[in-house]
Amino acid sequence: MILTLAIRNLLHDRVRLAVTLIGILFSIVLVAVQLGLYLGASRMITSNIDHADADLFLTTFGAKSFEDGGLLLTDRERHQALATPGVQSVVPILVMFAEWRKPAGGSTRVVVIGSDFEDKGLVPWALEQGTLEDIKSPDAVAVDKSYLEELGISGIGDSAQAAMGRVKVRALTQGVRSFTQSPYAYTTLNRARQLFGAEADRSTFFLIKLVPGADLKTVKADLSSRLESAEALTKEEFRDRSLVQWLFRTGAGIALIGGALLGSLVGTVIVAQTLYSSTKDHIHEFATLRALGSSASYIHKVILAQAGVSAVCGYLLGMSIALIIVYVSQGSALPLVMTPNLAFWLFALTVAMCAISALSAIFKVTKIDPATVFSR
Amino acid sequence: MTKTLVTAPDATPVLECENAVKELGQGAGLVVALNGVSIKLVPGELTLLMGPSGSGKTTLLSILGCIMQPTSGTLKIAGQTVAGLSAEELAKIRRDHIGFIFQSYNLFPTLNAIENVRIALDVRGITGFTATSRAEDVLRDVGLGHRLTNYPGNLSGGEQQRVAVARAIASSPSIVLADEPTAALDSENGHAVMALLSRIAKEQKRSVLAVTHDPRTLGYADRVVRIEDGKIVGEERRPEGLNAPEITDLTKRRKLHA
Repeated sequence: MILTLAIRNLLHDRVRLAVTLIGILFSIVLVAVQLGLYLGASRMITSNIDHADADLFLTTFGAKSFEDGGLLLTDRERHQALATPGVQSVVPILVMFAEWRKPAGGSTRVVVIGSDFEDKGLVPWALEQGTLEDIKSPDAVAVDKSYLEELGISGIGDSAQAAMGRVKVRALTQGVRSFTQSPYAYTTLNRARQLFGAEADRSTFFLIKLVPGADLKTVKADLSSRLESAEALTKEEFRDRSLVQWLFRTGAGIALIGGALLGSLVGTVIVAQTLYSSTKDHIHEFATLRALGSSASYIHKVILAQAGVSAVCGYLLGMSIALIIVYVSQGSALPLVMTPNLAFWLFALTVAMCAISALSAIFKVTKIDPATVFSR
Repeated sequence: MTKTLVTAPDATPVLECENAVKELGQGAGLVVALNGVSIKLVPGELTLLMGPSGSGKTTLLSILGCIMQPTSGTLKIAGQTVAGLSAEELAKIRRDHIGFIFQSYNLFPTLNAIENVRIALDVRGITGFTATSRAEDVLRDVGLGHRLTNYPGNLSGGEQQRVAVARAIASSPSIVLADEPTAALDSENGHAVMALLSRIAKEQKRSVLAVTHDPRTLGYADRVVRIEDGKIVGEERRPEGLNAPEITDLTKRRKLHA
């Protein structure tokens, strides 16, 4: 009967119910978009780190993100790393911003990533056209097809100037986007070094694989003590450092999280207002329930059930719209991400939001004097 | 202080109120709503509590129904002393022993007749098929078998009050308290509801107390208790063998004053 009474109370004033649901819907969509953008941005920022086959990253000291390594590591550090007990392989990669001169004039910035794919350190993923072998051919690069227009090219076979040399697009990826909006251009390590005129032993990072069974913390500490000008980071540490750099030092992440908090707050206030006024309208019924002998908790459950039903309906509506927005955003510069985890936490947030909203109504019914049933 | 003890001679009371005083407000605004009221209710009796407006009828009903605590005096329900109990403990006593009928029915407009009865069972932990079955039975018993799924808005005043009666008795309380049960009803429905309350008292051996100032109800009373200015000022009891309408004449002749 608690659920029945809750639903009937909600349906009793359909305009107010609509306002409640719109409030929750608005809130869910806003939070979903903000957190979807946050997740999307996070994925972009860490996509290369996530796809790298490494237990540890050896970076120059203080590297702030994947794109911030410079060309300071040499074979000296590589050999020191290889000599460390527990290290199985050390794969050099090069990551540098470069000027991309479009064939028809004008330029843009790209991030050149040089890696020898046979080392299996960092291999371009989501190849839609072309193969890894194609990228090994002279001057070859792989770029994402979503950036073709920005790069001033039309597809495979087109050439451009990158840094100090010519490159030819030999492969296209799908959905490998860059948070900095400077497209990634994947090529071989040697070709990358040539493009920047770097010495043959220069690298930005070393991707370190450990021998099976080696203790990550021990090896990391050992590497740190051996290498004065470099630091070893776990994948998680490097991810976090990159996220802090791009999302928090730039303020982008704070804006997204702030938007999500604002959405939650607006939703809570709207639901609280409507639940409170609903409770006020039904106060004589709650007083009657109290006079009939119901416990205070029974009445609280009715109000919480109203909040719960509102939450479920509002969530379903809000998520439907959020999923449409996520789908539409896939072709944009910053696609939204919706994961089962995010969907679950959004539901939990909605329920929590509605439960908090119910507090004002519960506070109201706590003051009910059942004697008012005689004064109607 | 005037004190009149009103009780049936040879019955064990389910409700005993002794010397109840209720003060409302404070300081210069202090009003003594009840001033030393004592009353006992026994099973199988329909008692009418009559008195003019402001005499303390509703205040006494609130105290007897454990909705309000007396300023002083004692109240026992089924042998349990009520004084000093918390709001939740009072609610439990209401759940366990008391059924209420209100002047304006106080039905839930969003629930149909069965649901209105079921919710009174639900607060007592009686749910599911048992609750539905009992709600249907009691509604049929009050003559509403054909109106089970009707909402209050689609029922007449008399039918709504019968739903309220069904709700009050569904959990088989030992005490039924009614506040002006016929005030909002026409003559025919008023008589029907009073006959129903009388039948509940007699057949189901419940103590029924109805607050009223409606003289039409006198004929159904086993006992009439009069209250004025917060004091009980008289009692009439229908003698054995006297037919219902005769008590009406009797009360005109034998009004007692404390």
